[in-house]
Amino acid sequence: MSLKLYEPFERTAADFPDRIAIVDPARSQEVSYGRLDRLADGLASDLTRLGVAAHQRVGIYAPKSIPAVAAILATLKTGGAYVPVDATAPVSRGVEILSDCGVSAVVAERSLVEALRSACGTELQLSESAVASELAELGCDLVLLACEKSEPSAIADLAYVLYTSGSTGKPKGVMHTHSSARSFLDWCVEVFDPTPNDRFSSHAPFHFDLSILDLFVPLGRGAAIVLIGEEDGKNPLRLAPLISQQGISVWYSTPSVLRLLIEHGGLERYDVANLRLVLFAGEVFPPGQLRRLQRVWPDRQYFNLYGPTETNVCTFYEVIGEIPPDRVDPYPIGKPITEDRALVLDSLRPVPSLEEGELLIHGGTVMAGYWKRPELEAAAFYIDDEKRKWYRTGDIVKENEDGDYVFLGRRDRMIKRRGYRVELGEIETVLYRHPDVREAAVISVPDKSAGLHVRAFVCWSGVGRGSTIALKRFCAERLPLYMIPDSFMFLEQLPKTSTDKVDYVRLRRLDD
Amino acid sequence: MSDLPGNQAAIRKAAREYILTEFLPGEDPSALTDSTPLITGGILDSIASVKLVSFLEERFGVRFEAHEVSVDYLDTLDGIVGTVERKLK
Repeated sequence: MSLKLYEPFERTAADFPDRIAIVDPARSQEVSYGRLDRLADGLASDLTRLGVAAHQRVGIYAPKSIPAVAAILATLKTGGAYVPVDATAPVSRGVEILSDCGVSAVVAERSLVEALRSACGTELQLSESAVASELAELGCDLVLLACEKSEPSAIADLAYVLYTSGSTGKPKGVMHTHSSARSFLDWCVEVFDPTPNDRFSSHAPFHFDLSILDLFVPLGRGAAIVLIGEEDGKNPLRLAPLISQQGISVWYSTPSVLRLLIEHGGLERYDVANLRLVLFAGEVFPPGQLRRLQRVWPDRQYFNLYGPTETNVCTFYEVIGEIPPDRVDPYPIGKPITEDRALVLDSLRPVPSLEEGELLIHGGTVMAGYWKRPELEAAAFYIDDEKRKWYRTGDIVKENEDGDYVFLGRRDRMIKRRGYRVELGEIETVLYRHPDVREAAVISVPDKSAGLHVRAFVCWSGVGRGSTIALKRFCAERLPLYMIPDSFMFLEQLPKTSTDKVDYVRLRRLDD
Repeated sequence: MSDLPGNQAAIRKAAREYILTEFLPGEDPSALTDSTPLITGGILDSIASVKLVSFLEERFGVRFEAHEVSVDYLDTLDGIVGTVERKLK
């Protein structure tokens, strides 16, 4: 029986109560293991009082802060599963997620409650936490909101539900259990060998799956977490000095953030003697930029971690040695981690070795399923002759001669933007809600700096010509920032195929 | 620097043109007003904000503090002009 996610943390807290668990540089706060455990216990009692128990979900709607981590631990201690919601995204999206997941309580920052209440349209019973004043001192004034009782999770052992972009315009909840998360975390401990002297960056927001490593690896080993808030995380001028001042030893983020640091952070000005490990995941890291990073941060271990939210990290590749100056191909996503097996199929049929096909993953780190979306879940898994479940990643790969998998592209319309998954169909669904949009189609094209540019084509039925500003604002009120198209092109009508579907091939040509 | 109103107009013109060319290709220039929300309105993301700041720093010989690359200082043309102008004084 594997440990629950919070159990290694509780052990550390009992053995070394005075050790620092979390540092929050933006608020000049820190918390010891002992105190964090006590606060989490306090919040767990509050939640239990509200009726939260095993098989229930609890929403976390608060900025990144020490109290938000306490709320996550508290939820797990009650036996419930936490559902972290992006407090910087439009509140309507947050409410959509919380209600889809049928949370029985929300731990929210007090200042966000009004917006949440009015967007909800129902009465939410507000109650104060017994440890409220201590939490407020630590920089986040949390309150508890009781929601209507909803059905228990069908999955025993559910630990968290992370929502990602859905192609039909509705975000979908990826369910992970204590056991699927632990499979991944145990592997991290084995390969990265964290010690109590390590200081881990926590760059990813808690609703993003990179945060699972950031939070639970250090907490299980008595290391310190350095929280990086939403604002600072996007600002290279702040991030670069922070890595140095905070003595970060393990850095983990998307390549986008590292590229922002290389190009605008003035990295060479800061001493990062403590840094030993640089981990990145979520998208392709162009070798040219990785080489520039290696030059400023030489002699560190660099790992490319790969895995959709549905599988945690399932393959990995260590970039060893200096990157040759003529290398233009991105590094492979590597080999499966200890817990997982990989398979390459083309239309669910085996491919000859070293040929391309879709990557499927089976093993301990794979999700339990999607929250209440049986049709999506059925499509996401392939069941083999031995009744084993394989998650279909949708990523097209091929194996190279070293046995490493190389990422080649997608089989559908999902893209990665700053490491986040974006379904182009979800953006189209939002555009269609605009009263003056008759038709809309969204594509992505490579941009100058090796990222992706999202372009929307719109048929405008309103008065005058279509306005990019108006449409960007409309999207900003309904979508997270990373999903807003970079540019809009207005057309009389969209090109169609013979079956009257949007002709994306011709749209692409229009773009050239 | 002398001639402050002239400065203000120059900053506004330069910032406007940069935003229109870089981040709003094809947009009717008159749709971008001095109070159009740029960051909260989805026009400037984090990378765009950093690019705009680099441009302003170079063009006007000023330096932005790290905390100024944020919605508090860059959300409207008025805000941008005010921030650069204070630095020139």
